[in-house]
Amino acid sequence: MEVKLQELNATEFPVPVELEDNIAITSLSQLYNWGRRNSMWPMLFGLACCAIEMIATASSRFDFSRFGFEVMRATPRQADLMIVSGTVTKKMVVPIVRLYNQMPEPKYVLAMGACASGGGPFKEGYNVVSGMDKYLPVDVYVPGCPPTPQALLFGMIALQRKIDGQSIANGDDVPWYGEGPAEPTPVPVLGPDIIDPRQMDMIRRQAEAAAESMALLGARDLPAATQMVAAKAETAVAEAVAAPVDGDALSFVLPTGGTPWAEAEDIREKRRLRALARKALRASRRAQAEGE
Amino acid sequence: METLAPAPAAPLTATSIDEALDYLKTAHPHAVKADDRDGYQGIIIDADSLLELAQVIRDDLGFDYLSSATAVDYLGEGDHMEMVYHAYRSSGGSALVFKAQTDRENASIPSLTPVWRGADFQEREAWDLFGIRFPGHGNLKRILMWEGFSGHPMRKDWREAYYEEEQKPFDSRWPGGHVHRSEEKNVFGKNVSYPADIDLGRLADTSERAVYQSLGLGVDVERIMDKDGFETNELVVNMGPHHPSTHGVFRMVLTVDGETVTSLEPVMGYLHRNHEKIGERNTYLHNIPFTDRLDYISSMGNNHGYVLAVEQLMSLGRRYNPPTYRCEALRVLMVELSRIVNHLWAIGFWLNDIGAFFTPVLYFIQERERIMDFFEAVAGSRMMCNYMRFGGLFGDLPERIKSVSNLTNDRVRDYNTMQFLTEMINERIPRTIDELELLLTQNEIVIERSIGVGVLSRDEAINCSAAGPLLRGSGVAYDIRRAEPYSIYPELDFDVAVENAGDMYARYQVRVKELRESVRILRQILPRLEATKGQSIWADGKVGAYAPRVPLGEAYGRVENGKGELGYYIVSAGGRNGTSNPWRYHVRAPSFINLTPLGAMSTGHKVADIVGILGSIDIVLGETDR
Repeated sequence: MEVKLQELNATEFPVPVELEDNIAITSLSQLYNWGRRNSMWPMLFGLACCAIEMIATASSRFDFSRFGFEVMRATPRQADLMIVSGTVTKKMVVPIVRLYNQMPEPKYVLAMGACASGGGPFKEGYNVVSGMDKYLPVDVYVPGCPPTPQALLFGMIALQRKIDGQSIANGDDVPWYGEGPAEPTPVPVLGPDIIDPRQMDMIRRQAEAAAESMALLGARDLPAATQMVAAKAETAVAEAVAAPVDGDALSFVLPTGGTPWAEAEDIREKRRLRALARKALRASRRAQAEGE
Repeated sequence: METLAPAPAAPLTATSIDEALDYLKTAHPHAVKADDRDGYQGIIIDADSLLELAQVIRDDLGFDYLSSATAVDYLGEGDHMEMVYHAYRSSGGSALVFKAQTDRENASIPSLTPVWRGADFQEREAWDLFGIRFPGHGNLKRILMWEGFSGHPMRKDWREAYYEEEQKPFDSRWPGGHVHRSEEKNVFGKNVSYPADIDLGRLADTSERAVYQSLGLGVDVERIMDKDGFETNELVVNMGPHHPSTHGVFRMVLTVDGETVTSLEPVMGYLHRNHEKIGERNTYLHNIPFTDRLDYISSMGNNHGYVLAVEQLMSLGRRYNPPTYRCEALRVLMVELSRIVNHLWAIGFWLNDIGAFFTPVLYFIQERERIMDFFEAVAGSRMMCNYMRFGGLFGDLPERIKSVSNLTNDRVRDYNTMQFLTEMINERIPRTIDELELLLTQNEIVIERSIGVGVLSRDEAINCSAAGPLLRGSGVAYDIRRAEPYSIYPELDFDVAVENAGDMYARYQVRVKELRESVRILRQILPRLEATKGQSIWADGKVGAYAPRVPLGEAYGRVENGKGELGYYIVSAGGRNGTSNPWRYHVRAPSFINLTPLGAMSTGHKVADIVGILGSIDIVLGETDR
């Protein structure tokens, strides 16, 4: 690889012209990042359709080794970058988290495609995790289904720019130089459904609530509960539409139930009802105008 | 006067489907009745005599190939579970459809694995997703979900965490709805209620134990003591789901004695993304882009199978026009190009597995890139083409296309489409195949590594419902394009590639031959495209293209895809429940069923050969796990 030292020159300190190809004056962070960004080794790890485009990106036409993603390693212990290329299922997320824990720091995660970013077209499925970021910290998201090789390259370059911005002077940027070994991400457990150990408390509370026969959102009877909320919202809409439209007519209260997301739900419903009421008002005005 | 039974016009194994059904009905009047529901076909067999009659169907009537076995949940439509079997003759012809019914509670239907081993995985899938037990099945455990999962998700009354409504389009979004995200209501995506006495401290993953249970772990001391000479330890090796040679997230658990494999257990479901459950919520049109993501190497072929199945149903109704000739020609063009991509990819990655790491693949990917350029120009996307529609296509060929012609630089060039196609079909692809053959067919290492490895006998291949190059490599000349022709294949001139050895090398040869046959077909398609230039791809406007009226009934549409027989079993409620969604949408995936004989094929070979054998079957996980 041809080393362009000029690229590294980062100070105002003048380097004599005749020495430009031999000497560079730069900061330690920049030198360190320059080395890292140009030698990212992705893990050879394909999940689904996106993996095919990842292979196409690695092959001669697009060739990501031009950017330093030269060597794909099949073992996590030699990899810096995990490209989550495809749908993450509940069954697969267990090995993925384990693989991530086996990667040495510094390590990065790139979520390739709609599925890895947020569940994608399969999100509603019962075995699909809606996005890798539910379990691992994701650095770069690449949209697309699947992303074209160009898009993946763009995502990889974005990751390089992220690395450029990190500084070894800042402990938050380089947590891998902290004291002691890094905390591994807890590996999910396949029980009756997938169980994230970080949600144990919530599950315990749910189980206790179930024992006292208090239905909580998030339990098995969730769909029925959803329907209940939806039905109530519908009657509320009917009332709101029937009522004369002014600001106060919409001040009904939706059943909240004291769950953490009920508030957000409440606000969203109100916003929606207001929009519907406006729409109804417009329609009635239009009808009136046509009548005249 | 005594009436004589009419003498059969032909031996039973050569009867037509109707005659065969009549024979079954007269010979077993108590166990067999005709399926006279509207739009349904075949017979319903009493579950108690299913096994006995399956034997008759296979041995006496000659339907030796069980293509598809799947379950349907008729909740609210009779409240029973039904297993639907499609059996074919390996000499060709259409399907004998037979069904068996059971109650939804304690559903149980005798296993057909003693008759057709090909039912093995499909019955396990029906147990996993529908909760039907199969007495007589030796290894009935979950196959796609993990052991310990709560419920059987494909049942109609099982609802996923992000459940919103039974069927799309959801009221919240259309018409005039607003954006509503189900995960806002259920932020953690959970739909399980945990028992109050759940002991989270001792919660352990039991799914792994189930995998290893059937392997008979532990050392059989007597057997080791019996051996003379070498004393080798038996151990269990786990390959996958993260393994560079398993073609995705497939997993194999091997027991090895030294270097020799003594048993192999495939474990799958790591990419089970609920294709069928989502497909039953979707409208018919919604499903086309989802089929792209089944066998993501050859998405055009997946589209074709699905539209054929739906068209088969639509043709029962009144408002249906079959596709025009140009449309059919374009479909064949796309499908054959996909087959070329698929086989190049399969051969390339098989070479990876037997040791030629990545260099040969690069040459094949280069060729694939050109075809991808063409797909992108025509359908708008490289891989996920979403190109075919019911009774037509997304669009005609563009006048000109842009492509990177030489891969040494990134210069994009502008071509006339027909010229681009002609050059690709007449020159580039044949040249690639010649080069491939020159370097590989007589290559000493390829021959040494592959001849005699992973042998699958003819009878076993049929019995295991193997399909595609795996079946034809074992000496069965069964290609759906000839056995039960569809589209314009009857008028095209091509041969069915077949090899008799049944080993890895034979499968490789079948693929090379099929590449050549595909080129031969494409050469016949080009003049047909020229001749039909200007003809519409839609028969009569776009009637039914975007909101197809699918009448009541069932259909099984199947195509010869690159990996084998891809079938879609679709049950339509015919709008009876006020919707236009499939009641049942099942994909008979060749990659899934072709894995049935993997264990038998691998036993006795060395660990290093296992990946090669798997590569020679050619699976893709999107289709295996769906």
